[in-house]
Amino acid sequence: MARPLRSARLRAAALTLPLAAFVVVTFVAPLALMLVRSVHEPQVADALPRTLAALERWDGGSLPGEPAFRALGTELRELDGRRGLGAVATRVNRIESGMRSRMLATGRALGPGSPESWRDAVLAADPVWGEARAWLALQRAGERFTLRHYLRALDLDRDSSGAVVRISPDQRIYVPLLLRTLLVSLAITAICLVLGYPVAYLIANAPPSRSNLLLLLVLVPFWTSLLVRTTSWIVLLQNQGVVNDILVAVGLVAEDGRLALVYNMFGTLVAMTQILLPFMILPLYAVMNSISPEHMRAASSLGATFRQGFVRVYWPQTMPGVAAGSLLVFILAIGYYITPALVGGRTGQLISNMIAYHMQESLNWGLAAALGVILLACVAVLYAVFDRLVGIERMRLAS
Amino acid sequence: MADTDVELHVEFRGVSKSYDGQTLVVRDLDLDVRKGELFTLLGPSGSGKTTSLMMLAGFEAPTAGDILIDGSSVRETPPRKRGIGVVFQNYALFPHMTVGRNLSFPLEIRGVSEERQAEKVRRALEVVRLEGLQNRRPDELSGGQQQRVAIARALVSEPRLVLMDEPLGALDRRLREEMQLEIRRIQHDLGVTVVYVTHDQQEAMAMSSRVAVFHRGRIQQVADPETLYEEPEREFVARFIGDNNILRGQVTAVSGGTCVAETPGGPVKAVPVRPFRPGEPTALAIRPERVVLSSRRGLANEFEARIEEVLFIGDHLRMRLDLCGNRNFIVKIPNTVGHGAVLKGDRVRLGWAQMDCRALPDERAAV
Repeated sequence: MARPLRSARLRAAALTLPLAAFVVVTFVAPLALMLVRSVHEPQVADALPRTLAALERWDGGSLPGEPAFRALGTELRELDGRRGLGAVATRVNRIESGMRSRMLATGRALGPGSPESWRDAVLAADPVWGEARAWLALQRAGERFTLRHYLRALDLDRDSSGAVVRISPDQRIYVPLLLRTLLVSLAITAICLVLGYPVAYLIANAPPSRSNLLLLLVLVPFWTSLLVRTTSWIVLLQNQGVVNDILVAVGLVAEDGRLALVYNMFGTLVAMTQILLPFMILPLYAVMNSISPEHMRAASSLGATFRQGFVRVYWPQTMPGVAAGSLLVFILAIGYYITPALVGGRTGQLISNMIAYHMQESLNWGLAAALGVILLACVAVLYAVFDRLVGIERMRLAS
Repeated sequence: MADTDVELHVEFRGVSKSYDGQTLVVRDLDLDVRKGELFTLLGPSGSGKTTSLMMLAGFEAPTAGDILIDGSSVRETPPRKRGIGVVFQNYALFPHMTVGRNLSFPLEIRGVSEERQAEKVRRALEVVRLEGLQNRRPDELSGGQQQRVAIARALVSEPRLVLMDEPLGALDRRLREEMQLEIRRIQHDLGVTVVYVTHDQQEAMAMSSRVAVFHRGRIQQVADPETLYEEPEREFVARFIGDNNILRGQVTAVSGGTCVAETPGGPVKAVPVRPFRPGEPTALAIRPERVVLSSRRGLANEFEARIEEVLFIGDHLRMRLDLCGNRNFIVKIPNTVGHGAVLKGDRVRLGWAQMDCRALPDERAAV
């Protein structure tokens, strides 16, 4: 009896293998890679092994000795010959700006053969090698495992003594951006809740034929591409767009005083709210649908006004839906990328746009990964707080 | 209602209700509920009984007519001001509140002081025999306990009128019978008026002071349970309350309080419920337990028939015969000494007294 049962169970479990494999390949593995990439950067260490070995006994203050100059000179010359110098120089440049051109220049200037004094030859190629900061930058770029991406992502840096300090206020980018992202996501969640709650109530309490139609209207946006919906908002909101035209035509706004409704934070808020609204309405609807209309009747027969009944009886029962919808919208909003990229302009960008920038433009994948991990940590922390306050097991996405 | 010394609590005056403007769910309803009685609205589903109750509670507005409570119209009175306790079909206990909070809800709303609340909640729980369950949540209670909480909540603010909408529908039979007695006891002890809705005729019979039988939005008959059973005035009531054998025929002769109707099996003597004219179609109703298997003479109606089927029920035997055009004529014989010998296929003589056979208007034609 037990044996066939177990093999049946195993066979059933085997049916989930394709999904498990899919999740591992498309989700778990990239996530692990991202975590690794945010702390592991071996490229410079691999490119300049002898130089870094020679610097191991360096005191960090005075100039390093001849062996270090020789190792640097030969390795830069070899890299230049293999056309591999650019990538390495870019990484060093992230630690000490200006170093990229200096390293490229040095590599190019060093001729073939072995000079009498590598030190003189390298210094002649570029005098920057006479300064300790250039060597320090090399040393730090050569660390295989490093937390500097995290420091950078949190607007921190190490000073010359190695202590962690905040960078000067005018250079802080990521922490303000992260805070802005959290705030915007919170605002979108709140707006979605305020707009979505009455809609969900209406759908849940309408007669079946009408509620189906209303539900369809909520879902219709999913039939069109996200890109189309986002660009439609540009058409509507831009300077010469429909909304401004109407406002001018009605006379609320002067022709030369057209409102800037898009390519700023306002555009991001409007477009993202519209796109995320169904994710609030659907869980709310699912929960409201399961609340018997008898409850409100009971409340009124027990002497409660509609307001009292709503506040004391109905609203508390919708909390699982409010929680589910809010969490869903917030998590989607915090990592949203396309919409802010298209309608956000300069001021409406969110942290994911910065991650995309580092992935695609600056190619600083380590920093992009670190930002991603920090974002993930934020969501995890919020989720935990949320669990404490509301209780995830009470949350419902469907009835 | 000729009695002038009974006080009326609820009156329906020509009440009609339509949801779509065409079909009437309740038609021209007149109804009097006396103070302190347990009045049941009985009928199959869709007969308008629940709609009538909801109109009384104030959750639905009558399309026409008026409802009076204590003599004054409640047309403009919202549910919360009607001072009615309601027990809902699915209890409608608030799942996010404890039993105690559920009970104190109407008291808090009315601004009763905390001490008085605690006292009243304690007393209400005592009435339904659920002392000490204040801190449980509804989903931690059994169906029967939830039912008691719902009743306690409807009673806690001491209304004089309590409405119950199929309150026992979700319970199993044993528990239902227990709760029937319980509701009856509470109603009697507190002296409140209860308007009770059910589709279960046995429940209505066991509990009610009086019953109104609903069919297609109309009241068929209002009477106490015994009268309903013994003296149905409509074919629907005769068929709905208990078991009845219906024989169809035509009235041939009427004299004083008796009549004779011609059925496919021959003439049957009966008691007409209203004056008939000869030639009118009629439905004769005979209770299965009033049919006597016997060779003794003296019964007004005597026939001979073959037993098509015998079912052993336990406390009685149930026989099916083909008699006077009714192929489903049922006879019940109590399971007492000497009745074990009836077998399928036997031909038997049977009969019934004239007073046990009521001639009712034939309702097959009426819609």
